[in-house]
Amino acid sequence: MSILVQVEHFGGKASESVHELLAMAKSLGGPVDALVCAGTAEAVATIAAQLDADTVVGVADARLAEYLPSAYLAALNAAIAARTPDVVLISYSTAGIDLAAGAAVYSGRELVGYVSEIARTGNSLSVVSQIFGGKLMAKSNLPLPGIAVIMPGAFNAEGPGSGAAIEMLDVDLPAAEIMSHVEVLEPESSGIDLTKAERIVCVGRAIGGANKLDVAEALAGKLGAEIAGSRPVIDAGWLPKARQIGKSGNKVKPKLYLTAGVSGAPEHLEGMQESDLIIALNLDEQAPIFSKAHYGAVCDMFDVLPLLTEKLS
Amino acid sequence: MKIVVILRLEPVLTEELELTDDGSDIDREWIGLDLNQFDDQALEQAVLLKERSGASVVALAIDSEGSERMLKAALARGADEGLVIPMQLEHGNSRSSRALAPVYASALAELQPDLVLVGVLSNSDLYGELAPYLAAHINFPQASAVSEVLVGDGKVTVRQEYAGGRAALLDLKLPAVVGLQTADQPPRYVAGSKLRDLLNTEIPKLELEAVPGADLAEATTLKVPELSGNAEMLEGSSEDIAAAIHAVLQEKGFA
Repeated sequence: MSILVQVEHFGGKASESVHELLAMAKSLGGPVDALVCAGTAEAVATIAAQLDADTVVGVADARLAEYLPSAYLAALNAAIAARTPDVVLISYSTAGIDLAAGAAVYSGRELVGYVSEIARTGNSLSVVSQIFGGKLMAKSNLPLPGIAVIMPGAFNAEGPGSGAAIEMLDVDLPAAEIMSHVEVLEPESSGIDLTKAERIVCVGRAIGGANKLDVAEALAGKLGAEIAGSRPVIDAGWLPKARQIGKSGNKVKPKLYLTAGVSGAPEHLEGMQESDLIIALNLDEQAPIFSKAHYGAVCDMFDVLPLLTEKLS
Repeated sequence: MKIVVILRLEPVLTEELELTDDGSDIDREWIGLDLNQFDDQALEQAVLLKERSGASVVALAIDSEGSERMLKAALARGADEGLVIPMQLEHGNSRSSRALAPVYASALAELQPDLVLVGVLSNSDLYGELAPYLAAHINFPQASAVSEVLVGDGKVTVRQEYAGGRAALLDLKLPAVVGLQTADQPPRYVAGSKLRDLLNTEIPKLELEAVPGADLAEATTLKVPELSGNAEMLEGSSEDIAAAIHAVLQEKGFA
């Protein structure tokens, strides 16, 4: 079963999820191709040296020096056409969202996303996905050739590989006027680095407003913890972006992670599931956060948090 | 400048989700529906762009129970026009972005927008997300996971978000599709009186022969996962739960 893995990289380093995809690809058989797009052939080689693949398909162009949706999609489409893999594996990320559907339309392939498990079954793949914010599992039969978008953490990575032979591919990229890269923006720190915090109290949408944060802040104060929020809390402007946990925020591994009113969508779990001790409070007994928590309680945070704060005083 | 913002209703996830007997779909009989939270952000961004640059905003939705009310709320928030795509979605019809993208694409071909805004995700996008599907069908440049949009001369500049809080500014030539994650400011509140004023407003239907595409829905079954596999659930009154958590924190050296 031939497989093409879309490689994401930043600052000369392949993303952790790429190694997970390559390990998953090997488990399905092979041969395994890895598509590396970069600004120069040297930059392609730098990434290729980190990968455990049979072949690296390299595409080098100044327009690929930083991730650019239209140019990367053109390169992916060209690589699929050139290598005709049975399966294309793409990580669930911003690039994964941008690229998978376009490649599916261009190549006429079926696509399954949010994949957490994958297995070979004859001429197709049996895949399990998480949908509805992780509240339901979907089991699908993906016919080949197909495309699967994989959740980060779905497969154990074997770490950086020892490199692979490179075959460069010439691709006719879209004109710069269609889409161009203006500037890379570094994370807004605001002096807070949640990735270094040992204790975090994280609130979700159920907190209901910035004016109700004091109940969580009081607990965080007693615990010596940083206050944090899930994406809806940040989007609503109740906490600053630097305090966001999850896919588009911080990925944290504190010793204590206490959540209140966080449902536990896969995008949030990705950012905190490796915490040493996870305690979750939620009104919804179906909340997916309970699948990752060590201790859980179905309760009203506005009743329990003040009582807990009092006990810590 | 003409902006089309696509609005979708989806199940409220704080409610219990039940499956149909054959496990092919959620039981939609009694489930509460709400505006997709990212479409909510896309609508806010569209109205903000209108206020800043004088664009016209068309809110577009597939005809379904609740869609007219949703579009009237969009008008109350500042959209200039609401339009429904006539279509009868029944049990067994896939509502996936992959299946519905050709329908929206037909509508967009009629409406000829400069910019299409839609939420980056819906919570049932098992076969891919709508913005990149639309872009592929109508051949517009596209960027997803966008948190800022600035309209310029024949282009739009967007801030695309990546893991770890990184981001980049990208220029997209118009017409373009943007999968919005977060508007420049939180969605605005609409007074009930404003909604009542629109009670008798007619929401026109597009004249369109809309044909959904295929997806893998027939090769998919759903199930409710075992969630409590890992967690030790603490039970009792609020006082009991607080005491139990306190005991855990003490035992682990946090208190």
